[in-house]
Amino acid sequence: MSDRHPLFMPLILVGGLIFGFGLGFSHMARPEVVLNFLQFEDFGLVFVMFGAAIVTGVTFFLAPRLLGRAPLTGDQYERRLKPFDRNVLIGGSIFGVGWGLSGICPGAAYASIGIGNVTILWALAGMFAGAYVQGLWRSRQAATETASAGAD
Amino acid sequence: MVTDPVPLQLAAELFPNGISRYAIGGLFVGLGTVVIYLGTGIPAGASTFLESTLSYVSGQSRFQQYVSSRDWRLVFTLGIILGALAFAATFQSGVITSSLYQPGTTGELYEVGGLTLWLTDVQPWRLLVGGFFVGVGTRIGKGCTSGHGVCGVGSASKTSITGVVTFMIVAILTAQIVAALGVSP
Repeated sequence: MSDRHPLFMPLILVGGLIFGFGLGFSHMARPEVVLNFLQFEDFGLVFVMFGAAIVTGVTFFLAPRLLGRAPLTGDQYERRLKPFDRNVLIGGSIFGVGWGLSGICPGAAYASIGIGNVTILWALAGMFAGAYVQGLWRSRQAATETASAGAD
Repeated sequence: MVTDPVPLQLAAELFPNGISRYAIGGLFVGLGTVVIYLGTGIPAGASTFLESTLSYVSGQSRFQQYVSSRDWRLVFTLGIILGALAFAATFQSGVITSSLYQPGTTGELYEVGGLTLWLTDVQPWRLLVGGFFVGVGTRIGKGCTSGHGVCGVGSASKTSITGVVTFMIVAILTAQIVAALGVSP
């Protein structure tokens, strides 16, 4: 941590502030508004996702071409593409059930605390529990695979 | 009585709260992501925080792989909470008003020391059970609405676009079924 640029954490905080303000302003921190979208009563969410993706899209496209390295880490700008496998469909479907039931996703849940919605702590408790259970299961699976590979 | 032309009627039906608060809010979400990316080269998503934070209390290998990023992810989440609080202290509290911001009528407002805060009416069991599925699904599916939806779609990543289409369709079906079963809100 000591070799990190002194402005690294402040910049992350500022980015988070802007991000969280946007989630509040767009009402994505309110589960009702997300549920209204999923029930076809208010299609505004489309503008949030595309509004955000256009800004990041232009930046992700131009930065690697016009700029060298990120000033605070020295890392090269690059597209970090996640590999596709079955898990994207399985996990995406499980996430979809949860999002459709609750109307809340991780970033919006953090923002929901900020707008005073203490009730959202139920959702956060559920998210941590879910992340823990899948992590426990996958850690054990990885350990079993390593053990059986070693035995062969 | 003068009726609006059909396109306006349609727009009012599809977007009963207008589009400006959504589009402007979305631009801010994108801008926050861009600030972090330009400074650090990191395309930040929100859901890894769940696992990286668990690494503080659990030694499981699945969580320990995030030890190097857990501190900044905590700061990112703190920033999101404070940014939303800044929204609550300004637009939600009515200190700043704008024709571009529609307050809406969902949930319940309450006051604490001059600050207008907001509470959801969505039932706690939906939040808890739904949250559990979100916690499992985002981590197995390699991302959430910010990681896949904002960063991934912005990168034109086929993996992320597939992820978004998948969770969007399933979420719409789930919400419609839950509503059809008479669960509200």
